[in-house]
Amino acid sequence: MANPVSLRGLRKAFGARTVLDGIDLEIAPGEFVALLGRSGCGKSTLLRILAGLDREIDGEARVSGAVSIAFQQPRLLPWRKVWRNIALGLHKPDGRSIALKALQEVRLPDHADAWPLTLSGGEAQRVSLARALVREPDVLLLDEPFGALDALTRLAMHHLVEDLWARHRPAVLLVTHDVDEALLLADRILVLDEGRIVATHHVDLPRPRRRASVVEQRTRVLADLGVDVETAA
Amino acid sequence: MRWISPVALVLLWQLASSTGVLPPEKLASPLTVAQSAGELIADGQLADAFVVSLGRVFFGFLIGGIIGVALGLVSGLSRWGETLLDPPVQMLRTLPHLGLIPLFILWFGIGEEPKLALVAAGVAFPLYLNLHAGIRQTDPGLVEAAKVLGYSRIERIVHVVLPSAVPQTLVGLRIALGTAWLSLIVGEQINADAGLGFLINNAREFLRTDVVVVGLVVYALLGLTTDALVRLLERRVLRWRTR
Ligand SMILES: Nc1ncnc2c1ncn2[C@@H]1O[C@H](COP(=O)(O)OP(=O)(O)OP(=O)(O)O)[C@@H](O)[C@H]1O
Ligand SMILES: [Mg+2]
Repeated sequence: MANPVSLRGLRKAFGARTVLDGIDLEIAPGEFVALLGRSGCGKSTLLRILAGLDREIDGEARVSGAVSIAFQQPRLLPWRKVWRNIALGLHKPDGRSIALKALQEVRLPDHADAWPLTLSGGEAQRVSLARALVREPDVLLLDEPFGALDALTRLAMHHLVEDLWARHRPAVLLVTHDVDEALLLADRILVLDEGRIVATHHVDLPRPRRRASVVEQRTRVLADLGVDVETAA
Repeated sequence: MRWISPVALVLLWQLASSTGVLPPEKLASPLTVAQSAGELIADGQLADAFVVSLGRVFFGFLIGGIIGVALGLVSGLSRWGETLLDPPVQMLRTLPHLGLIPLFILWFGIGEEPKLALVAAGVAFPLYLNLHAGIRQTDPGLVEAAKVLGYSRIERIVHVVLPSAVPQTLVGLRIALGTAWLSLIVGEQINADAGLGFLINNAREFLRTDVVVVGLVVYALLGLTTDALVRLLERRVLRWRTR
């Protein structure tokens, strides 16, 4: 079976500025990959390419199957109630019941009939996440989907994504700035820097993972991000 | 408290008329105006004039609306349409459309046509400009989101582009209605043989300032009513904007 995501020598430049400079990446079916890297290193650019939104590239980018993406900004249609935003990608008659269930899962059961502009940042982000999840895609792209969430809700969303992933087994590419989050969720962690993948970590810890079990590996990932834990702590 | 000064003004006006400071051939007193209004309503003259004028605005608005919306859609939704349509429209809109009356009279004569054309011209431009701008202001992020959700180009236009153009288009609609009434008033000066403009012009010949004022008040009320209707529409259609 072909890999749902396959990149060979992917390059992307905006004018004279090269943002992605030769990316080779294969993501196997059902693999959970986390992508780390400093702000502005090209993570969102990579996700846009994978979502088919940017075709002005060099190299080869093949993505197969249904793709769904939760953007860094929620991108909800403000003139559609929350549940309609979630049902947007379903093209199904029983959209409302599916949307309501998804809202339950992202812990917003009472917001089905709210207008998106009335939501808080974290709430909008969860609606956007729900919209990406209900499509049960083959490739799930998540661009910092937990950025605006408090620690507790964030934990709940980790479980939700992991659950959904365990059930439907999409290939996942999760962009995050949180190393612990990457270690808790991913099979493989990539570090992007200067337009290249400069480090790859395989995380073989058994699931479900707990915070304590990831501490040791965290030091090594942080070192690749240029953080010296001894002095940082 | 905001009604105090208007009421005081009307009282002052009545006082000026009663004492002869304001002669009736310059401006009739409020009481006379009210009385004439009653008579005009009672003998059906006002209703007849009203229906004729309303019909002119309605059909002029319809023609101008269809033209403005059609052109706005074409130039908003297609690059080619914009390249071809936008430059001439932008040039023409700098012309005050009321200045077109002489041409309209030469083209259409002095019947109903130049009046409708004037209203239509006044309506088409603001609708075109605001619809076009509204479409162009669509957040590309939302269009992209719909694209990834599997929406075709037509579906993206229907579900994303046109809804995001609605607020700006409603602004255009309000401006268009304002211009429509203005165009009507000016247009009805052209040899009208019916309608509010005819009522007013006819009254002028007989120095009936009371009837002139009644006509003006009806114009004003019509304008206010349509404006209120659009506001109502805005409140309903733009509910999602409530924060
Ligand atoms: N359309 C564009 N035109 C020009 N430059 C762009 C464009 N889109 C992105 N860039 C540039 O590409 C670089 C990478 O942007 P990108 O959004 O992918 O970063 P990121 O890794 O997602 O950062 P963050 O973690 O802050 O979200 C940035 O320097 C940005 O300025
Ligand atoms: Mg980003």
